[in-house]
Amino acid sequence: TFSGAVMAAPPTPEMLSYACAGCHGTNGGSAGMTMPSLASQSKASIVDAMKKFKSGDRPSTVMGRLAKGYSDAEFAAMGEFFSKQKFHPTTQMVDAAKAKRGEEIEDANCSRCHIDQGKDGKDDTPVMASQWLEYLKMQAALYDSGARKMPKDMADKWNKLSKEDREALLHFYASVK
Amino acid sequence: ATTTGSGDAPAVGKTAELMPKGSARRVVVVGGGYGGTIAAKYIRMLDKSIEVVLVEKSKQFVSCPFSNFYIAGMTNDMNAITIGYDKLAANHGIKMVYAEVTQIDAAAKKVVTTEGTLAYDRCIVSPGIDFRTEEIEGYNAKTAEAFPHAWKAGAQSTLLRNQLQAMPDGGTVVMSMPLTPYRCPPGPYERSCLIAHYLKKHKPKSKLILLDANPDVVSKKPLFTKAWSTYYKDNFQYIGGKKVTQVNVAGKSVSIEGIEDFKGDVINLIPPQRAADIMVKSGLVGDDKRWCPVDAISFESPKAKGVHIIGDATALPSDGPPMPKSGYSANSQAKFCAQNVLNLMNGKPTVEFSGINVCYSAISDHESVSIAQVFNLQNGKIKSPATAISPADFSLTKAEHAYGESWLKNILTEMST
Ligand SMILES: Cc1cc2nc3c(=O)[nH]c(=O)nc-3n(C[C@H](O)[C@H](O)[C@H](O)COP(=O)(O)OP(=O)(O)OC[C@H]3O[C@@H](n4cnc5c(N)ncnc54)[C@H](O)[C@@H]3O)c2cc1C
Ligand code: HEC
Ligand code: HEC
Repeated sequence: TFSGAVMAAPPTPEMLSYACAGCHGTNGGSAGMTMPSLASQSKASIVDAMKKFKSGDRPSTVMGRLAKGYSDAEFAAMGEFFSKQKFHPTTQMVDAAKAKRGEEIEDANCSRCHIDQGKDGKDDTPVMASQWLEYLKMQAALYDSGARKMPKDMADKWNKLSKEDREALLHFYASVK
Repeated sequence: ATTTGSGDAPAVGKTAELMPKGSARRVVVVGGGYGGTIAAKYIRMLDKSIEVVLVEKSKQFVSCPFSNFYIAGMTNDMNAITIGYDKLAANHGIKMVYAEVTQIDAAAKKVVTTEGTLAYDRCIVSPGIDFRTEEIEGYNAKTAEAFPHAWKAGAQSTLLRNQLQAMPDGGTVVMSMPLTPYRCPPGPYERSCLIAHYLKKHKPKSKLILLDANPDVVSKKPLFTKAWSTYYKDNFQYIGGKKVTQVNVAGKSVSIEGIEDFKGDVINLIPPQRAADIMVKSGLVGDDKRWCPVDAISFESPKAKGVHIIGDATALPSDGPPMPKSGYSANSQAKFCAQNVLNLMNGKPTVEFSGINVCYSAISDHESVSIAQVFNLQNGKIKSPATAISPADFSLTKAEHAYGESWLKNILTEMST
């Protein structure tokens, strides 16, 4: 007889989340320059993103299709798992002058939600510190085109900034370790 | 007749014990590719008390994913798809053995290799595929040198690439692909797009013919047919229902049932496939003599207690379309296999499968499409609650191309660190 088929338990949070690593890296620390790290993001931000991907509220290439295969309870289990993983610092090529400009204007514009220079996030706000610049630029383009909706208070700040300053902020966050 | 088309002499196993087992329990993992590296790594990540020995015949692994870019000259860098095992072994305390496994002896709980035998408590095997060349008349040990398959990456990829580059403009390239199931369902169609792209750019008077043994396109059909008709209608022809049954190397042609011949200046013949030779030799293939049956939870072979099989070699019990034979599938399966092997060794309940397959396919040098699938266990079988391909309006192809490159980087980093 098979040893496995009897009385198997439902997949654990770890096992659900390990499946995501093929794209997001082992334990959610991404090595690919366009793929976001999930490690150390809050449970709320992961669950919120997955729900929005599933409903189509947030535009995506692949996540909307994958999210349809999971339940809310599974989103919560995976969110819990990734929130417990160590912060994943990256070493990236950023423009030093832009990063400096970003640092100057970050506090007044973004720090209410992107807390501690983006290492933390209020409620469902994702971690942006050390996030891959290429990924942030792709997401910023979606915000700029209107395809991805911003929280109202973020839009109030974002829309007042010049294109250069928005980019400067992304360079700054990508450089935070 | 050899079935690998490699022309190598058969490997001989040595009976002396290679690495005597100490007091620690041992898992031997056979095959350091998409499945095996991950199984070895996750066993060690999950339980440091287990000794893991990874047996692989080559010092370096060349990834099939993205090898089509190299074949079609879009990158000259084979290093980007090549990994070694040093960091993986050092980071996780995995013991590497570079040797060919010649026998998996489940009764004696050992594997026999060209360097000696290894005793195990449990064995995980992810050996990939070999070819059923015996089904093609005239195919011998030298055929793959003339008509490369390039369906295992490395020297074969370089051979096909060199043939394409050496071909004078005005030539014809013939690709032949087998009936399902075979490794990587969208792979041949991706390759056809990239070769057609190469010809269009560098050899505009040349053409490509894809002979599909299947009656119709078997993967991402709306996306590939659109790519062909949009980008390659002047230099590419798809013909379904053409199963190559005979080769004529001297005449540079392949034949369909002796009725119809296709001549090519370059011929990329991808033969029908089965589980790797070692599985046939060790009696681990099923009644079809091709693929290895396994339990859908533990991946244990019903034919060999304590031997667990993952990746391309398997035939998983499935309800509906099975998990494709892909690198992503092998990665997902490896993690559950590792966890359940540990659970069985530690007397804990096994856990049900929940995994992913995503395959990115390039349709040109800067555009890609994908299939995304979640799989889980329902009534003892693997089933997909969600499967979908990219939108057919090609609105996301450039973004997916960028994400696809990061997928490769991440999955190869998972395997090598
Ligand atoms: C052109 C092409 C493109 C592809 N593109 C994609 C893609 O974009 N995405 C995707 O997910 N998949 C893709 N695939 C599929 C993917 O390559 C396979 O599904 C994957 O490699 C399967 O993993 P595996 O562990 O079963 O076998 P492999 O990765 O082939 O690993 C098997 C390993 O076992 C070793 N081995 C075998 N026999 C022995 C022995 N007797 N002793 C010692 N070692 C042994 C081999 O040397 C090898 O290293 C593609 C395939 C091809 C051909
Ligand atoms: C095939 C690649 C792939 C797989 C597999 C994958 N992701 Fe993603 N993920 C992406 C991409 C690409 C994005 C960017 C959005 C998009 O275009 O889909 C993303 C974005 C995300 C985000 C938003 C991150 C942020 O900073 O806003 C979350 C959360 C996420 N993924 C979670 C998951 C989880 C959980 C899994 C496993 C169940 C998973 N992903 C599996 C490719 C993948
Ligand atoms: C009121 C709170 C708030 C403020 C202020 C705010 N953000 Fe956000 N930000 C969020 C939330 C919540 C999300 C995720 C929501 C979503 O888009 O789905 C987010 C997401 C982002 C993302 C996408 C990250 C990812 O991982 O996908 C970027 C980039 C970003 N913010 C930049 C900024 C910048 C730059 C500023 C300052 C100009 C700013 N935000 C100010 C709350 C805020």
